[in-house]
Amino acid sequence: MSKIIEGLYYSESHEYVRVDGECGYIGITDFAQHELGNVVYVDMPEVDDEVTAGEEFGAVESVKAASDLVSPVSGTVIEVNEALEDEPGLINKDAFENWIIKVQLSDMSELENLMDAAAYKDMIGE
Amino acid sequence: MNNTYYGKLIFELSKEGRCGYSLPKNELDNYKMSALPANLMRYEAPCLPEVDELTVVRHYTNMSNNNFGVDTGFYPLGSCTMKYNPKINEDMAAHRDFTCLHPLQDVDTVQGALEVYYNLQTSLAELSGLKEFTLNPFAGAHGELTGLMVMRSYHASRGDDKRTKVIVPDSAHGTNPASAAVCGLDVVVVKSRPDGTVDVDDLRPLLDDTIAGMMMTNPNTLGIFEHNIAEIAKLVHDCGGLMYYDGANLNPMLGVCRPGDLGFDIMHINLHKTFSTPHGGGGPGSGPVGVREGLEQFLPNPRVVRHEEEDGHHYTIENNDNSLGFISGFLGNFAVVMRAYTYILTLGHENVKNVGPLATLNANYVKESLKDCFELPLTGVCKHEFVFDGLKDKSTGVTTLDVAKRLLDYGFHAPTIYFPLLFHEALMIEPTENESKETLDSFIEVMRKIAKEAKEQPEMVKTAPHCTPVRRLDDTQAALKPIVTYRELVNQE
Repeated sequence: MSKIIEGLYYSESHEYVRVDGECGYIGITDFAQHELGNVVYVDMPEVDDEVTAGEEFGAVESVKAASDLVSPVSGTVIEVNEALEDEPGLINKDAFENWIIKVQLSDMSELENLMDAAAYKDMIGE
Repeated sequence: MNNTYYGKLIFELSKEGRCGYSLPKNELDNYKMSALPANLMRYEAPCLPEVDELTVVRHYTNMSNNNFGVDTGFYPLGSCTMKYNPKINEDMAAHRDFTCLHPLQDVDTVQGALEVYYNLQTSLAELSGLKEFTLNPFAGAHGELTGLMVMRSYHASRGDDKRTKVIVPDSAHGTNPASAAVCGLDVVVVKSRPDGTVDVDDLRPLLDDTIAGMMMTNPNTLGIFEHNIAEIAKLVHDCGGLMYYDGANLNPMLGVCRPGDLGFDIMHINLHKTFSTPHGGGGPGSGPVGVREGLEQFLPNPRVVRHEEEDGHHYTIENNDNSLGFISGFLGNFAVVMRAYTYILTLGHENVKNVGPLATLNANYVKESLKDCFELPLTGVCKHEFVFDGLKDKSTGVTTLDVAKRLLDYGFHAPTIYFPLLFHEALMIEPTENESKETLDSFIEVMRKIAKEAKEQPEMVKTAPHCTPVRRLDDTQAALKPIVTYRELVNQE
């Protein structure tokens, strides 16, 4: 059974947003990392890049598959998790601790379109 | 049984000073190393093994014994059509009259080779229901790119530059969106219905004047025939787009159903799948591209053209100004063309019609014989291949990967695993038309045995393979820190 954290926002494509003031940390869920298997590469945007809700901002490559990262929210990238460049497997160790990008949110109301922990739990059938 | 000494790395067999060749005495007396430009000089000795000829022969013969190919055993790798490569293909491709040709020879001296090229073009056109083919692309993905370039050239020729999107089903092969991206087109994904076919209701709202076309594989990646294809083709054509047929799954259609008749405008064929030329590590591939009437002017240069004359016919190599340009040097992989042409002639009109039905029969036989042990998400008749979603009984935690590894112990090549992504434990089996009932029965027996082992001795299956030259490999480290040279291996140690 995968880990789900209360208080985060979840997307149908298995990304999460942890909101901190006007910023959001975006990563993939524990369920997603488990489905993907060992992650071998994370393709990330650069700082100052714009991300748009519902659009791709990078990709996660595992031994099984390459999967697009879809941004749950819109905004400007203010930080990327550089540790993932050398050690992409950190996502497997703790997907919620090892976020992928930190975004300055441009539209807080977009969070309302996302799921809470209970709804996400329902969606993945656990 | 392989010899463990000669099975080591060739570098590990090296003995300083040992030599397998003798060079003639250097008779160039005015040879000066210092005359060479500094940037072309080597300052460090190359890392090469020092071995005698017999050691080299034994080493590589031992290595080749570790290889598994379609000549060794059953190779049910789904989506790859690993059919047998008849030896007559090799005889023809190795024929001296063809192997000594040079691509820059005068065309009057290569009329026979051009006739083979032209005849294969024509045969493929007849089998596909399209107007004309080019055999220049070097592989399936290269063919996809070429086909999409034809699509772009067509829209550009009409001054229509708004069409920048290509629709691809969510079950498509990864090469479809990749080829579209390389061609500068944006990918729009259309969803599948629960039965694995394209959701026409999801498709409709995507269609507008920004759509260059749609790429489809039919039967699709799940081995299911897209029965709504006529409606889909009409919808795409009505919005001004073109239909692209990915020929990866052409095998079950061969001689029975033609992409051109289904409404497709452009397609590629993988000669190394459907037309029995070597596939995988044995390559090289070939990805001919065919088009319907009206699009032939955009095909890549050069083209082989036949001219009827009073005393027979004559072939020329021509370039066309409307063409999308060159996508290869000369005329593609000629030796592969030779093999595919041989295959078609060997089968003839009568037998080519049996390929699709027999491939379909074999796939359905295996599917029905195993569906009580393996989870079958899509029931009903499949075409040339089908997908199981892992073991039916998953309680012991044995995964698709474990089943695939255990199959190696029994001397079978593993099926395609974890593709398509629609199912978590996908196990994709394509037997091809070549296999006898006896071979299929032995595979079925082994698969049933593995399902039983998964229940009774799950740990043994989870640690398979046990009988192969190497055990389970570390995929993660292989992807993260690949060691591809001996120098890297030595430096690491």
